[in-house]
Amino acid sequence: MIKLTIDRNCVEVPPETTILQAAKKIGIIIPTLCYLQGKDPIGACRVCVVEIQGGRNLVSSCSTPVNEGMVVFTNSPRVRKARKLVVELLLSEHEGDCQICDRADDCELKTLAYSLGIRESHYVGEKPKRSLDTTTAALMRDSGKCIKCRRCVTVCNEIQRVGALFPQNRGYKTLIGPAFELGLDDVPCVQCGQCAAVCPVGAIVEKSHVDMVWAALEDKTKHVIVQTAPAIRAALGECFDYPPGTLVTGKMITALRRMGFHAVFDTNFTADLTIMEEGTELLMRLKKALVDKQPVALPQFSSCSPGWIKFTEYFYPEFLSNLSSCKSPQQMFGAIAKTFYAQKKGVRPEDMVVVSVMPCTAKKFESTRPEMSSSGVKDVDYVLTTRELGQMIEAAGIDFRALEDGQMDSPLGLSSGAADIFANSGGVMEAAIRTAYEIVTGRGLPTENLHIQPLAGLQGIKEAALKLEKVLPAWSFLEGVELKVAVAHGLSNAAALLDLIKAGKAQYHFVEVMTCPGGCIGGGGQPRFTTDEVRQARIQAIYKEDEGKSLRKSHENPDVKKLYEEFFKDGPCGHKSHELLHTHYVDRSDKI
Amino acid sequence: MKQAHQNPSENPPTASCGCSELSESEMLKRLDVIIDTYQSTDGALIPILQAAQNLFGYLPKNVLRRIGERLHIPYSQVAGVVSFYSFFSTNPRGKNLVRVCLGTACYVRGGKEVLSAMQKTLGINIGETTEDKMFSLEVGRCFGACGLAPVVMINDDVHQRVKPAKIKELLGAYRDAKQPTQEAAAC
Repeated sequence: MIKLTIDRNCVEVPPETTILQAAKKIGIIIPTLCYLQGKDPIGACRVCVVEIQGGRNLVSSCSTPVNEGMVVFTNSPRVRKARKLVVELLLSEHEGDCQICDRADDCELKTLAYSLGIRESHYVGEKPKRSLDTTTAALMRDSGKCIKCRRCVTVCNEIQRVGALFPQNRGYKTLIGPAFELGLDDVPCVQCGQCAAVCPVGAIVEKSHVDMVWAALEDKTKHVIVQTAPAIRAALGECFDYPPGTLVTGKMITALRRMGFHAVFDTNFTADLTIMEEGTELLMRLKKALVDKQPVALPQFSSCSPGWIKFTEYFYPEFLSNLSSCKSPQQMFGAIAKTFYAQKKGVRPEDMVVVSVMPCTAKKFESTRPEMSSSGVKDVDYVLTTRELGQMIEAAGIDFRALEDGQMDSPLGLSSGAADIFANSGGVMEAAIRTAYEIVTGRGLPTENLHIQPLAGLQGIKEAALKLEKVLPAWSFLEGVELKVAVAHGLSNAAALLDLIKAGKAQYHFVEVMTCPGGCIGGGGQPRFTTDEVRQARIQAIYKEDEGKSLRKSHENPDVKKLYEEFFKDGPCGHKSHELLHTHYVDRSDKI
Repeated sequence: MKQAHQNPSENPPTASCGCSELSESEMLKRLDVIIDTYQSTDGALIPILQAAQNLFGYLPKNVLRRIGERLHIPYSQVAGVVSFYSFFSTNPRGKNLVRVCLGTACYVRGGKEVLSAMQKTLGINIGETTEDKMFSLEVGRCFGACGLAPVVMINDDVHQRVKPAKIKELLGAYRDAKQPTQEAAAC
């Protein structure tokens, strides 16, 4: 252990700890802009400088390790002066449309300038070239607002292994972005929005659908319905100052109803439907491999996460046939809303508007895929992020905290606890196993509280194995088979897992991949700022929602059963379900 | 964001380069050989880019894509490295590459005046090539010859204590030369 003094407080920390981390331990928050939890410090922004007694220069606390006997000042006059200067210089190059900026509410630069007491700009001069990138369906980049902190570069390259963003040019002319000022759509961007989630300013934001949704709600000729993804209910509260991990399902429903949606439905319903389809697909693949001895792509990969789908299409096209052909719950919802529900309601699909609320920016892209119009028109019309919904509720003058709890509408609103856990890494797999195990053995999953412990948590790659014994006669080919599954979240972990599978070093039957760290609860469209502590809190809330339901398994959802009886009469993976609930993928490897 | 780039040539030149006898596919084959030699080396990107620039005379975008693909380095990162170093050029270069040093010593001893005289004489800006494809102009950041400042490098030749008034004469020697030295070196 190393002893040092920070602002006259003694602190003892292990070697290799940085000054920034040591200070945090004793409740001293040193401001940062480029620092990202858990990643190598970049040291680019210089906002975290501190003074070390006897040292000639100030040092960046994010990248300087502690030393025995070190005496550190984080708030000396010299430090304050330097920090102020650094921020003033950043402001001098920043296009500060502060009042009309997407980040007006939570801009880190603005907050910092305020707390440092900067009240006038001393440095007025040339500003770098400004350009807007609106090429993708999900994201917008404004180079004029970029402060070159490189957090987005770190997430895009290290956490997601996508590499769409990188610093271009040098010095004053540095631009953060794709090669040669191309648009994001011209390079292999998966539109996960993790860059937008970590940007300290408004340089990368989602493409807003807010105005389109307001317009639809005003249009008397349209039947406007909304679906909410599992991860929203554990995060939306943060937009209204609830602590992370506060469940606000009931208030969210009431708010949506007050906004004027004709029906409030749940993506959870189609999450249950996904389990029926994806589970059946897996069992069919296993049968094909074990009974028919035919070549079949195994492991099967989950297909709920559109960033992961696009990642496979770009970088691992050899695995496209391993992807489950199931559409994501968002798109399954759109497809049945504009067919099954539209018929029930007597509304033409072209007169119906389906709005999704998603924790995700890639869902905006997914809804524009040409394959996603199986109702004859675009199945999902608009996609709002959690942040956009929060903003709309505020604009509508709804006092969110004062709302009563509401209930989801029928027939697309009832869901099991298995659907809730689609929100976090490991959840889709757990939900699938809860159902598949019971279908194959006729017995409930024998684990505590129906959870599969090795698949929970924030470890990047997780594995589990489950022996199938005393199976029902129809599944005798699975007797004694050890079902091997894996879960990865964050695309760099997914890539590492794919490389292992490709090299024959790992074998699984089913693999779940979620694009964002922690799963959808850590999505690119969630309220900022998502740290690991926030991820944990949201995950706990989701498990609480799951455990609070009497209905815990997808195949027991009575409304899903009814949907099969009334509409998908030839059952999961039948002809009609293939038409509406399944899709195909595109090899994009020539676009990298 | 999609903006027209200066000379957005996606293909390597065949006529203006000294390697005119090599077809594009042959050049790309040579590029693959270069990449193969560095394949297992860490930090291979920069030496490969240098060798590729020697081979093609500049770094065409399809060549950068090929390098990125083979090394499993994203295109944006390759472009980031190329645009960071003034040594690399993504525009086709003329027969002679003129690099005016603006390092500290050259700067204080009149490098800037030399540069503007050079721009005026050639009629081009930094990063551009003359219409007759004889000269390209770049800025250098110290060639390690500060004692000779201000310095201009033309191809592999270092010219010391260059005066703006002497530039026409200096360039004339290269204009008249039949075999430009740099191209000879590149092939």
